[in-house]
Amino acid sequence: MSSARDNILARVRAALGRQAADPAARSAAQVHMAAHPIGPRPALPEDLRARFLENALKLESSTDELATRKDIPVAVARYLDRLGVDRRAAGWPEFADLDWAAAGVDLAIRPTQGLDPVGVTGVYCAIAETGTLVVLAGSEAPSATLLLPDTHIAVLSAGRIVGSMEEAFALIRRERGQMPRAVNMISGPSRTGDIEQTIVLGAHGPFRVHLLILP
Amino acid sequence: MQIATMYFKDRAQLKLQDELLQYNLNKSKGKFVGKRAEAIRELDDFEATRDAAKSIRQRVLDNLDTWLEIFEENARARGTTVLWAETPDEVNRHVLDIAARHGLKKAIKSKSMVSEESALDHAIEAAGMKVVETDLGEYILQINDYEPPSHIIAPALHKSKEEVSALFAKVHGTAPKTGIQELCAEARAVLREHYLTGDLGITGANFLIAETGSVFLVTNEGNATLCTTLPKVHVAITGIEKVVPTLEEASTLLRLLTRSATGQSITNYVDILTGIKGAGEFHGAEHMYVILVDSGRSKVLASEVKEALRCIRCGACMNHCPVYQNIGGHSYGWVYPGPIGSVITPMFIGQEVAADLPNASTLCGSCASVCPVRIPLPELLRKHRETQVRLDLRPVGERLGLRLWTWLASRPALYAWATRLGVRVMKWLGGYEGRIHSLPLASGWTNGRDLPAPAGKTFRELYAARRRAGRQT
Repeated sequence: MSSARDNILARVRAALGRQAADPAARSAAQVHMAAHPIGPRPALPEDLRARFLENALKLESSTDELATRKDIPVAVARYLDRLGVDRRAAGWPEFADLDWAAAGVDLAIRPTQGLDPVGVTGVYCAIAETGTLVVLAGSEAPSATLLLPDTHIAVLSAGRIVGSMEEAFALIRRERGQMPRAVNMISGPSRTGDIEQTIVLGAHGPFRVHLLILP
Repeated sequence: MQIATMYFKDRAQLKLQDELLQYNLNKSKGKFVGKRAEAIRELDDFEATRDAAKSIRQRVLDNLDTWLEIFEENARARGTTVLWAETPDEVNRHVLDIAARHGLKKAIKSKSMVSEESALDHAIEAAGMKVVETDLGEYILQINDYEPPSHIIAPALHKSKEEVSALFAKVHGTAPKTGIQELCAEARAVLREHYLTGDLGITGANFLIAETGSVFLVTNEGNATLCTTLPKVHVAITGIEKVVPTLEEASTLLRLLTRSATGQSITNYVDILTGIKGAGEFHGAEHMYVILVDSGRSKVLASEVKEALRCIRCGACMNHCPVYQNIGGHSYGWVYPGPIGSVITPMFIGQEVAADLPNASTLCGSCASVCPVRIPLPELLRKHRETQVRLDLRPVGERLGLRLWTWLASRPALYAWATRLGVRVMKWLGGYEGRIHSLPLASGWTNGRDLPAPAGKTFRELYAARRRAGRQT
């Protein structure tokens, strides 16, 4: 046990007027955490999907609504053509089964190491209140694919849109049991206002976030 | 950071006369204020959310030892090493030990005010390693010979794009750029190279989540995300007060943090890091450390200004402070400027060296009215002033003056006579204009502006006259 730890805890306890760890405070803390108390939240409409889309657009993401999963490669090709960039991307393994060749897209299924201009990723869930994408890191979900490319294309199922951040955490607890190494929440393209408080997109991460939304 | 708080008055004076700085400050004035005012309207009940945020933070402080231990256990269970640092020097030693243990060569750093307290970048460089600040504002300051930040969330707020352009041209050896977009693109290209080659990622922590042992980070640029995704080692450095019990409570605080800071409903990136990378994961840190820093925080907890520890570092108090808005952050002379800085700085570096700071306020109350966790900042500044009187830290003239005042004010007849004389003399001094241009012992006021002269009678005289008149009718 480090002495810095002991000294700091001793000083904190002295400030709180106690000499040792307080077992009552400890059990009260456990009860408090187990209850996961939720604070005041802004009211949300019935239609979470509409609210999500509205907020995503405000954050300068762009969206495209697809009928089926099979449409993803064509939608990616369409978007890249519109941008005027090569139909080349790095993508997550969950998209390996799709017919990319037919859409004329060269999709490399591998984690990006910085040279790919476009990254295609899935999304764990999305938050209507803020228009946010929630991505959980994992062996099949390399994080840098949504960060390093200039363009990030994210595929989201409308059924995975929840109301608030609190609901996203509840979903992670229910489905995963514990937190993954990284929960990355993305709300539009990377930006900075560090020079004269003028907002510029594409600070370090993507200049563009394009959402493909499945029913 | 080098302490310059003792030169506050001189520095503030210089900054007021610095035309370029005044131009830059005026340009940014009110921007954060306006955006915040708009953003808080999105919350159905802003005041109730503030109440909730205050009690979340206070709950932790009331049992801080317990919450720290819970955080530590849960972080450890996920493979994170939790280190403790009593002093700024100890923070630097921990980081250098970690770098030596893993053979690390280049640190990429996301913004951390706690690391400014210990001048960590200098320590890293002195040890022969490279360190690169990745937040654009911090990067600008780093390449300008480590100019200190002037704001806790917008560190280069005091610089114009022309200054940044000249700096980039000099340091990068490129043609000067005119647009902000191009300047950002140039920085992006330079920093991208560092992201891909850095082996140590250093960040702060906006919150530490006790229930999961997680580090909770917010950025707009995505630099904290990159610093915690690409390098093989991640070190998060943060104050012991930053613990929050649950993810739900962090969500409540986040709604207020981003709105109070920049007027956003959420930052572009929110990252929650929990432990080391799993089997088969390509990205993510193999080794994760959290350094819990005291450096004066336990002293704050034991003091009359302990409520300052509720702070979530949004910067709203400085954005709304008329003093900060006019003198800028550098005048304050240490890491944390503005009202919150004037409360915590004397606790961190000593009342004696920072004695001017708690007095650099008109106690107008703007800061308290916007603080998302309801820190009664003017009240805490007043407590410091009381402490200064108690410790005899005030200048001799002020002490004598107060003693004289006490003597006089406790003798009502004499007081009435003296004030009657005083207001008449001052009325005479004010002359035809009714304004006093210079007054002995009060040159600090009259050097900068006129003092309106009193009307010629004291309140007690007027009151007595009115009562007499009332009786007659």
